Amino acid sequence: MKKLATIVFVVLCVCTLAIPALAGYPEKPITYQIPFGPGGQSDLEARRQQPLLEKALGVKVIVQYKPGGGGSIGWANLISQKPDGYFISGINIPHIVLQPLARGNAGYETDQLKPIALFQATPIGLAVLKDSPFKNLKDLVTYAKENPDAIVCGGSGTWSGHHIAHLQFSKAAGIKMTYIPSKGAAKSVAAFLGGHVMALWGNSNDLVQHADKIRVLAFGTREPFPNMPDAPTFESLGYKIYASIDRGAGAPPETPDEVIQVLEKAFLGIANDPKVKEQMKKDGFVPIAMGAAESKAYIAEKVVEWAPVVKEFKK
Amino acid sequence: MFDFALTGLYQVFIPGNFLVLCIGVFMGITFGALPGLTATMGLALLVPFTFTMSPSAGLIMLAGIYVGAMYGDAIPAILINTPGTPAAIATTFDGFPLAQKGMAQHGLVAAAVASSFGSLVANVVLAAAAPPLAEISLKFGPPEYFWLGIFGLTIISTLSSGSLIKGFLAGCIGMILSAVGMAELGGDIRLTFGFTELQGGIELIVALIGFFCLPEILSSVIGQRRAAYAEKMTKPSLDVIWQVITALFRRPTLMFRSATIGTIIGFAPGAGGNIASMVSYNEAIRWDKHPEEYGKGTIKGVAASEAANSAMAPGSLIPLLTLGIPGSPPAAVILGALMLHGMRPGAELFTDYADITFAFIMGLLVAAFLVTIIGSFGSFVFSRIINIPSRYLAPAIVFMTVLGSYAIRNNMLDVWIMFIFGIIGYVSNKLKFHPAPIVLGLILGPFVEEGLVQSILAGKAAGGTFQYMVYRPISGVLIFLCIMSLLWPLFAAWRSKQKEAKVTELTGSKAERDVRDA
Repeated sequence: MKKLATIVFVVLCVCTLAIPALAGYPEKPITYQIPFGPGGQSDLEARRQQPLLEKALGVKVIVQYKPGGGGSIGWANLISQKPDGYFISGINIPHIVLQPLARGNAGYETDQLKPIALFQATPIGLAVLKDSPFKNLKDLVTYAKENPDAIVCGGSGTWSGHHIAHLQFSKAAGIKMTYIPSKGAAKSVAAFLGGHVMALWGNSNDLVQHADKIRVLAFGTREPFPNMPDAPTFESLGYKIYASIDRGAGAPPETPDEVIQVLEKAFLGIANDPKVKEQMKKDGFVPIAMGAAESKAYIAEKVVEWAPVVKEFKK
Repeated sequence: MFDFALTGLYQVFIPGNFLVLCIGVFMGITFGALPGLTATMGLALLVPFTFTMSPSAGLIMLAGIYVGAMYGDAIPAILINTPGTPAAIATTFDGFPLAQKGMAQHGLVAAAVASSFGSLVANVVLAAAAPPLAEISLKFGPPEYFWLGIFGLTIISTLSSGSLIKGFLAGCIGMILSAVGMAELGGDIRLTFGFTELQGGIELIVALIGFFCLPEILSSVIGQRRAAYAEKMTKPSLDVIWQVITALFRRPTLMFRSATIGTIIGFAPGAGGNIASMVSYNEAIRWDKHPEEYGKGTIKGVAASEAANSAMAPGSLIPLLTLGIPGSPPAAVILGALMLHGMRPGAELFTDYADITFAFIMGLLVAAFLVTIIGSFGSFVFSRIINIPSRYLAPAIVFMTVLGSYAIRNNMLDVWIMFIFGIIGYVSNKLKFHPAPIVLGLILGPFVEEGLVQSILAGKAAGGTFQYMVYRPISGVLIFLCIMSLLWPLFAAWRSKQKEAKVTELTGSKAERDVRDA
């Protein structure tokens, strides 16, 4: 099947070379690239959208994986594609903001990715196990002040959403803690449940899944996280930390605005579908529906917020 | 629990469900057998189809794919020296020599039977003791992973038959290759020489195809095997199936040991089948009375590898079903499928959803039996592939390797890397460098690095890296195993010397005999 999809895709690519973008967009299959491997959350979202997108756009949508470099290989590939709307890609924030900032050359620049829409937010929270002596965030901060670097926090990756939240919070609270990166959220959750770290920077869906074993000290949201309304937000405790992993879709630079509008309408239609929203909520996500312009502004805002943090901590 | 198991079994044998299970097993074998298509991909592609099915039918189908793929990867490993997935590397060590001796069918049947057996043992463990084992699996922290990785590296001393230095050199090359790209832990970019494309690192399957498959094609085209790919034709027969089954069941220790190793490595989250089959193969050689038979084509080697990697699959489901922690990439996809059907891993899977959970576990079990049947009878067809003349077979394999290396990440660079590694592999084979240690380094490099970096960070916070890494019960056991494994060659040498001495004592030394005979 995969083979077939690849062949079809190659044939289509050859065909597209000859035909310029036409008024009747879309009129042939659209490739929807996932810059991660199969089975991840980005993939599952794309698979959920695939039939609905096909219905809304009236053409086939082919999901294609291009994993590597934490997504950078896929995004570098995206910007080299023809900007005719027949090649789009999943985009993830903070990845697309932090990679160019932290790596110097990630193969693409944040502003080269043209956002279509953002449809899912995964709030990041700081959690401890139920039997932890830290009953609330204040306990943790007090302990960290007395014992610098002694609190070990787990999270997924370096220069990732978890890492940047860790740095921002440490700075805001004036404390020093140790951050231990893992390869992926699943491994950091395993290390956390096994007691190998004292606290965890976790994604809301993972935290919801293990809700009965953990205590969330704070979420990086503006409003309380609906699945766990009793957990406070960083904001309510006096720290301006807004941490989240947001999923959306983007197109190559120079993609015409008319084309973006068509895609935006299709994606937002799905994002606002009550059934889809219900499923996302149940799995521990926050459904959002940001259009192209709004997404662009949001991403620009994040660049301004994170650039100094990366600069400060990157030796 | 038995009533749940029975209702689960009943669910599997509902005609509709049984049909999807069979379809799943066939698809799984296909995905496993084609290098570049993995069990993970097969599962991910099928997840959307299971939306429309009932949860039990959907999960039974996924069970079929998973189990099928764990056997399917042995087929190309035996026939063309290319592991279909990294988990089947150790299967090539004896599988391919078997095929060269005209015994491809022996290898295929051994793989099928051992796969089923491994699955069977691990499934019984999964059904009976998942919750307590899951608790143990959480005890694996950074130091344990580090020592497990080091233990894995000691296998090099077995793999590098002949020169230990060459073996360790190759292992180091593999570890350096594994560092190419973005460091997943630290986020640094290493050894890309400015090519942003290389930030993705070197894909294991691409390296496998390059190092294992291409050199064989090259030596077949350039060397003496120009006419036929195998030195001897395979003549499949029903007798072979019976012979292999009886031969394997006369070695219960080998089978149980391999299955146990697979299950244990499977439930330590993140270790995966790649290591399971290697460790099991290594132990098989270590404890066998005739270690010299391995690597030259013995069904014992194939069975050791396949029983372990198939046992790993249900093993990796133990932390998944009880804690929601996937022990392998395919298990992660199954987690997604469970969530989409509204089932949350944890205790409720074994209480509220016990009927569906046990339908899934029984699905895995029945799939294991289907694999024996399909594998045994399929061996008639598969083993004949190798009889196709080289001038048709070689281009077909090259075509498949290109497609496979491309498909894994949809990246053309991977195809070039595959060709480069292929040429390196051909040359190094001529220089008597076996590629296995390179690949072992490639697999274990990131593993050891992860454990070490995390241990150092956590150890600093805890006040002492050394104490943190050594004074832990599981670490202690693993360190002991590492030392044993390192000292083993010395012990083996001493033992064979003792034996020789005994023989000399009984018959007198050669010189004396010469005198006597004269």
